[in-house]
Amino acid sequence: MTVTEQELEAQFERTVASEGRVEPRDWMPEGYRKTLIRQIAQHAHSEIIGMQPEGNWILRAPSLRRKAILLAKVQDEAGHGLYLYSATETLGVDRGELTEKLIDSKQKYSSIFNYPTLTFADIGVIGWLVDGAAIVNQVPLCRSSYGPYARAMVRICKEESFHQRQGFELLMTLMAGTEAQRAMVQDAVDRWWWPSLMMFGPADGDSPNTQQSMAWRIKRHTNDELRQRYVDMTVPQAEALGVTLPDPELRWNDERQAHDFGDIDWDEFMQVVKGAGPCNAQRLQNRRAAHEGGQWVRDAAAAYAAKQAARAEVPAA
Amino acid sequence: MAPPMMHSDDTDPAHHDENVYDALATADDDGRWAFGTGFDAGTAEIDAPAPDGVDRDDLAAYCLMLADDALIASQRLSGWTAKAPELEEDVALANIALDLLGQARVLLSRAGHLGAAEPFRAGPQDDEDVLTYFRDDRAFRNVTLVETDLGDFGRTIAWILVLSSWRLALMHRLTGSRDPVLAAVAAKAVKELTYHRDYAAQWTLRLGDGTELSHARMQAGLDAVWPFVEELFLPHATERRLVDAGVAVDPAELRAEVDGVLDQVLPAATLTRPERPAVGLVGGRGGRDGVHTESLGTVLAVMQSLARAHPEATW
Repeated sequence: MTVTEQELEAQFERTVASEGRVEPRDWMPEGYRKTLIRQIAQHAHSEIIGMQPEGNWILRAPSLRRKAILLAKVQDEAGHGLYLYSATETLGVDRGELTEKLIDSKQKYSSIFNYPTLTFADIGVIGWLVDGAAIVNQVPLCRSSYGPYARAMVRICKEESFHQRQGFELLMTLMAGTEAQRAMVQDAVDRWWWPSLMMFGPADGDSPNTQQSMAWRIKRHTNDELRQRYVDMTVPQAEALGVTLPDPELRWNDERQAHDFGDIDWDEFMQVVKGAGPCNAQRLQNRRAAHEGGQWVRDAAAAYAAKQAARAEVPAA
Repeated sequence: MAPPMMHSDDTDPAHHDENVYDALATADDDGRWAFGTGFDAGTAEIDAPAPDGVDRDDLAAYCLMLADDALIASQRLSGWTAKAPELEEDVALANIALDLLGQARVLLSRAGHLGAAEPFRAGPQDDEDVLTYFRDDRAFRNVTLVETDLGDFGRTIAWILVLSSWRLALMHRLTGSRDPVLAAVAAKAVKELTYHRDYAAQWTLRLGDGTELSHARMQAGLDAVWPFVEELFLPHATERRLVDAGVAVDPAELRAEVDGVLDQVLPAATLTRPERPAVGLVGGRGGRDGVHTESLGTVLAVMQSLARAHPEATW
């Protein structure tokens, strides 16, 4: 007797509803698989594209300690990309295919990386705000219903929180430094605050995928819930740091027990998402150059492995 | 000072996950980096006195030679960030850069402890940063190989193969140095460089014996690096004095071991050992004397620009 698709689907629904984990060999609805591939690939691409704005300062890092921290951090991002692409492989797509989709603009990455890093303070602010927002987004994903994704996220979140601490520590040092360094920090905060709020995605009313993703336990909270959590977490940290968040409407609301904040410029968000941000073309061009420029190296590795395999067969024959 | 923590809510089933924020308040924890940083290299006894009978300035100069080789090589390798042919290679090249940076930092601090930083001190920076950011090219003592452009992946692999084979042979012998800091740096470096050499040898095989194109590029990379190899084996007067004092390694002694590695790897990779003349020295002086190629000035201009724009700042 064969199990019907209906029975499989019922089994899947029960697993998800009871907070169980779906594993690669389990049956899953095609929509669930596609949604996961889209989300994990987008996350993997974000890690890889995110290496560029930070990598921009490795060669100029103004102390050897900061250089080592930054190099290690960017290296971690390559590692995060690797775990995430591996998670997509359990869903039947490989890294090469996804990389092609990225450089052909058929898949997206986090829009935040389409902003430029103009000073070394940006490195600290990316750690504090961008990694901070990423953590708020990602911590609930450690309980995602898809096992390989959830496990990758546990490791990534641990490392991200360490990165965030490094970023905050850099900013504390700069704020205790010279006037020029403090000005550099405030300027960086002014440029990154609003884009960091956009990292949570469109407002709930304009986020078409959220409801299904929540039902499938891929996502746990809505975009606006996570955005509010991030603002509430960040405001006291900004005070401790001594910087001003560039929003005149930002204030504590006693009734809501949460901070009110100003309107996000969704036109800017849509413009950057659609490819017209300050660095979209540059980021993709660099990624394409690395991928296509490395083709001969990957070809060589494949050819060498094939030769080795053929040689290994000779004595056995 | 730590930022205020986000309060975890015990009614939220996710609260145990949110506790990752607590990491913001904890002390340094090198293990949190996925691939490590080499930061623990800073634990050698920088403050140890120079061994009896060893000239302090000579020892400082020797530390700078070995530090600058690693520092500039690390800087060059870091230029591969986000540009490697595959993510695994991005990770591996960063690993090598971090290892070399770790070696450089201890050696620079040791040189600084022996007085090398004082002529360059302009502000409140640590010795390693004074020596990195406030020295001009003529005060850098690295061999010129490390400052050369890395070119494509084939040339980069040839460069790592030569550099790591040579530095491994050197560090292996240096583990017996009478200077405790040099001996400690060398003991750690041997493990690191063994990996670097193995990485480069593996890729030399793949590229040399891969496709026609990769073979040509690997051979061209090797040819481009070759003129800078001879300098690696030229002893400097400072090195000679310290060899006699039981502190340093005579680079001329390293040739046989490096040749042995290349004679094993190159034929297996179907590559030819280049026959190219060594680059000429300027009035008999090379990198160890502070006379460099045109490349170093540009490398330093980039590396030092921000630190020099704020000489009164620390970071």
